[in-house]
Amino acid sequence: MTLEAVLVVAAALFAVGLYGALSQQVVVMVMMGLELMINGVLLAAAGFWWFLAPDPSGQVLLLVVLAAMTVEMAMGFAVATLLHRRRQTDMTDMAEELSR
Amino acid sequence: MLVTIVFWVLAVVAVAAGVAVFVVDSMARATYALALSFIAVGVQILLLQQSYLGVITILMMVMEMAVMAVYMVMFMGMNPALMPMDMTHGKKTAIGASSGVFGMLAAGALLIPWPERRGAPPEDLTHAIGLEIMGEKMLVMVVVGAVLVATIVSGVVLAAHRTRYDRFGDDLRRRPADDPQPGGVGR
Amino acid sequence: MSESLVTTVSAGWAVLAAIILGGLAFFAVALEAALSARAHGASGGWVAPVARTARLLRQRRRTTVAADTLLWRIGGAGLLVGAFAMVAVIPLGRWTLADLDVGVVWFNAVDVMVWALVWLAGWGANSTHSLVGGYRFLAHGLAYELPLMFALVAPAIAAGSLRVGEVAAAQEGLWFVVWMPVAFLVYLIGVTGFSVWGPFAPALSADIAGGVLSELSGVDRLVFLAGRYALLAAGAAFAVPLFLGGGAGPVLPGWAWSLVKTVAVLTVLVWLRRKLPMLRPDRFMEIGWMILLPAAVLQDLVVSLIVVGKG
Repeated sequence: MTLEAVLVVAAALFAVGLYGALSQQVVVMVMMGLELMINGVLLAAAGFWWFLAPDPSGQVLLLVVLAAMTVEMAMGFAVATLLHRRRQTDMTDMAEELSR
Repeated sequence: MLVTIVFWVLAVVAVAAGVAVFVVDSMARATYALALSFIAVGVQILLLQQSYLGVITILMMVMEMAVMAVYMVMFMGMNPALMPMDMTHGKKTAIGASSGVFGMLAAGALLIPWPERRGAPPEDLTHAIGLEIMGEKMLVMVVVGAVLVATIVSGVVLAAHRTRYDRFGDDLRRRPADDPQPGGVGR
Repeated sequence: MSESLVTTVSAGWAVLAAIILGGLAFFAVALEAALSARAHGASGGWVAPVARTARLLRQRRRTTVAADTLLWRIGGAGLLVGAFAMVAVIPLGRWTLADLDVGVVWFNAVDVMVWALVWLAGWGANSTHSLVGGYRFLAHGLAYELPLMFALVAPAIAAGSLRVGEVAAAQEGLWFVVWMPVAFLVYLIGVTGFSVWGPFAPALSADIAGGVLSELSGVDRLVFLAGRYALLAAGAAFAVPLFLGGGAGPVLPGWAWSLVKTVAVLTVLVWLRRKLPMLRPDRFMEIGWMILLPAAVLQDLVVSLIVVGKG
């Protein structure tokens, strides 16, 4: 187990998540892609911490990443619920005007 | 040696489960594949000697995925347990972009000369984190706390379909509130 | 801190831990059967579970159309595995299987797994009633889990450690249950919650044809039910180091006291089942968030103030 190994695995997780976030049409599936990306970030951060600077203050960064994941999830569910209520849809393509 | 083997097994599980999320036909399987991926990463974090963070990752993510499954079933609007689901757009671009990103990140991971390790991990890491977030890094946690509260409020505002005017009437004087769901504390 | 508080035994002892957990779970089953027989005016009843086990072992598996067998089996068997995972961090007197520095959080993580497992057991059968049961459990989970988490926090604050052994050792002289009764009560509610027990059994209730259990048959049903009782036993056992002073007590050795206290808590939990009404998930949601959660947080505050006051 080396830093390189951890980072390659983290990169793979991040890439798979990116694929999902870009290609999926359903909001909840897009969220799963984002979660997977953050999963990779988390692993990479844990690897950096252990192999480069094992100092307790670095752990705060990981806690922040976890908090970011929570916020992403909560807002995603809220927006998905709103979208479903207003449009009867859960597809990102049908909420296109949000991007204009 | 054993740690290395376990690490790679977990790595394969994590990535394979991650891929499975977007491949399987069942909503429940997709959700719990993601949960499995998180559990594998959580155990890897445990291998990296960060027990608090590893366990907390598993705890949070399993909880989130249990809720996620409900949302999947609620919003998919069909029953993909019975039919294959392929709800994607721009698949080729996505594959290209993500393999490009993977190549770049992996190359960076392997080619960058990483510096030597500085310092040694504290004896009792969990204790040290506690001191850190209650001491020097308290501002970070205060900000995170405020952000989380803001998230709760805005999440409820976005998702709730009834406002206080629906509950308390136009002059906000109606008591008890008019709720479709009776509560458990005597209303 | 010091290593002398609890001794970590080798992994082979896990077998003994499993046997003890099985024994405790069987005790709960037998007690429940005896109480049930008494309530119906019959006598005995202690042997009923043995007969029921034998019958379930012989029963043929029922299958449903388009069942998600993989997830169904994971959900069914997972409860038992989870209960063993909980027991691994509970010290028996001086000995423990795994002296994790985050034992309390570990316990919490495993009890969160139960959410996923019960829902999966409900989902896998591809049957309406069992899925309704799964949803009922999730709704209960949303209500009991946060109060339970804050209840677990109280002893950890008082002991200044998440290590289960140190939490038990910190109670020398005064058990935590004495000065954090609210946390203890909320904890017990949480234990009944994640064991789908008593007031929290609507997920398995008769009005939806047995809910999650409706399509489980044969060995699957046996394993699921055993897992439920094992979770109840594990929850009762974890209350001992957390609130009841661990193995502390006169005359008897530590391991015996741990067992005696566990059996006592377990007996109360099983006995209470017949005394309490079922809690509807929609009603309990408000009880959980409006009463239990603030109560548990206030308890944490009081504990923190006392700890700070003592210096």
